[in-house]
Amino acid sequence: MNVADDLRSALRGLSSNKLRSALTVLGIFIGVGAVIIVVAYGNGSSQAVQSRIRALGTNTITIVNRGRFGRGPATGGTQTQTATITSQDVSNIGDPNQAPDVLSVSPVLTGSDTASYSGASDTGVSLTGTTPTYLTAEDYQLQAGSSLTAQDVQNHSQVAVIGQTLVSDLFEPGQNPIGSQVYFGSARFQVVGVLASKSSGTGADPNNVALVPYTTAEDLLTGYTNNFTELIVQAKSAKAVDAAEQEAADILASANQTSVANLPFTILNEATLLATSASTTSTFTVLLTVIAAVSLLVGGIGIMNIMLVAVTERTREIGIRKAIGAPRRAILGQFLTEAVLLSLIGGLAGVVVGVVGTHFRIDGVKPVPTAGSVIGAFAVTVAVGVFFGFYPASRAAALRPVDALRYE
Amino acid sequence: MADRSWRDPGTPLAALAPPGPADAPGQAVGTGPVAAPALDTWSEPPVIALRNVARTYRMGDAEVHALAGVSLVIERGEFVAIMGASGSGKSTMMNVIGCLDVPTRGRYWLDGVDVRILDEGALARIRNRKIGFIFQSFNLIPRTTALANVELPLGYAGVPARERRDRAMAALELVGLADRTGHVPNEMSGGQQQRVAVARAIVTNPSLILADEPTGNLDSRSSEDILGIFDQLNRAGRTVVLITHEPDIAAHTQRVVRLRDGLIISDEGKDLAATVSS
Repeated sequence: MNVADDLRSALRGLSSNKLRSALTVLGIFIGVGAVIIVVAYGNGSSQAVQSRIRALGTNTITIVNRGRFGRGPATGGTQTQTATITSQDVSNIGDPNQAPDVLSVSPVLTGSDTASYSGASDTGVSLTGTTPTYLTAEDYQLQAGSSLTAQDVQNHSQVAVIGQTLVSDLFEPGQNPIGSQVYFGSARFQVVGVLASKSSGTGADPNNVALVPYTTAEDLLTGYTNNFTELIVQAKSAKAVDAAEQEAADILASANQTSVANLPFTILNEATLLATSASTTSTFTVLLTVIAAVSLLVGGIGIMNIMLVAVTERTREIGIRKAIGAPRRAILGQFLTEAVLLSLIGGLAGVVVGVVGTHFRIDGVKPVPTAGSVIGAFAVTVAVGVFFGFYPASRAAALRPVDALRYE
Repeated sequence: MADRSWRDPGTPLAALAPPGPADAPGQAVGTGPVAAPALDTWSEPPVIALRNVARTYRMGDAEVHALAGVSLVIERGEFVAIMGASGSGKSTMMNVIGCLDVPTRGRYWLDGVDVRILDEGALARIRNRKIGFIFQSFNLIPRTTALANVELPLGYAGVPARERRDRAMAALELVGLADRTGHVPNEMSGGQQQRVAVARAIVTNPSLILADEPTGNLDSRSSEDILGIFDQLNRAGRTVVLITHEPDIAAHTQRVVRLRDGLIISDEGKDLAATVSS
């Protein structure tokens, strides 16, 4: 007897009870399909989180001025006292002695304005007054031209680095914006650089932006003198983000004569939040994968169950085969082939459905199937067939011909 | 399954077995009418030699002596009926002779080979090569064509597919079922099924054809057919052992061995058997 004979006889055995075989296959099929889809879904969502973390910038925390002290007692002031972020705060946080984990601090003054250029205009442009370190902290890449310089900040220069949305709104395709004079409100700025397109970490369009020196912005946007809307603090490394956050908060608390808990600023450490959510996602993925794997195991038990039934049903056939000279190994091979065939059919169907299933977005996450999960699930399937088929098959092989022939 | 892959740790099977027709390579069944091999040219061991064989079963605390010490020699080319009432030990005897069961005591040589020293794999091989079984309930593999059923023992013997097919076809032709090769058992009458079983039994060219109540489930016409085939096989030189409780079936044979309570009570030649039936 060779493999082809075993296969033929296994197919005959399985097709003799089609519904039963199909239900057994279904168990494996669901397990394999579930493993592939769950792993792909987990992989996809963790990739999405990682790309959002990358879009947020590199190891940055954002300190937003809420403007006023909120809830709770405010030391040395009333509920209406104005909280400010001053240039002194900025230079303190940027001082390596006071805040050793901070790489750079970029003050941000934002206002919304209308940009216009030779007839074309764009409302709602985020005019961001800042320092050159902002670009690195926020992970902006220059596509063309040059960045802001410290010199620009010092000289209150009317220069701007503009984002892709502005470029496409104000300029003709193919036109070089560098050197053009663009109006923000009534003030005229010279475009010195163009930012490369950037994906959004949060909601706002990061490309509908014009970066200008904060000193220039202070001149334009009255009422913001020496009071920044935001600070972008870049930590020296991903591990130093939390320490940098603490240092910056301490400096701001002492400047405002309050405690860290009562600071009127919102400190956004979104990378940490996202990392937490990513690890939650991965925990869920592991959990779901375990459940899927358990269903594969249950499918395997189904195979064993059905093979035990088949061996019992066909005891007489086994007796006949032994009487005409089937050696142990032939009987073992016959039933093992049948079990593996069951799991193989289920595994193949599961792989097909799993791979097709990963083409659909689930809850906004695009699943990314991995070759490892497909090959792994399939290999486990075959192993399940061999493992759970072995016991029934060896029981069949061990039957004594006399007893098997007598079985009714 | 190739021969060398058998688990046969140097058993003296090959050494002990005479170069009987079953082992002669290339000798296929039905390459013409079955010709009697030139047996007389060798000094052959008997096909079956039982010496004081006993088989005891345990049933709880009690011991049941299904065979209580039987000695019997059956020579090549004999046509023997083993008779007895139910419980006489004839089924146990058939199992022992067919190497489906091993005796608890005594010795049994099949074709000169002492089966007591053989392990399970070697016994399977003996059943495959030297014995052709025919059962009362036909015992064909269900949902499997007549041809595939007949090919099966050749498959276990490791015969290549093409040769398997040719030999199985020849065996089916011999039992007159050349036109039923593609039918599965439940598409055939009992007589046809039993003829397929006979074809399967002879396809490996065994030394011994062992039939257990082969006509028990058949009408008289089909019984005649089957007995006719046995006669034909015996005339062609094959050893046929027939287990039955019907005297008129036994009358077809040359020798009748009677069992009672696990012992042989008579062993008579053709003349006496003929007298019994008349």
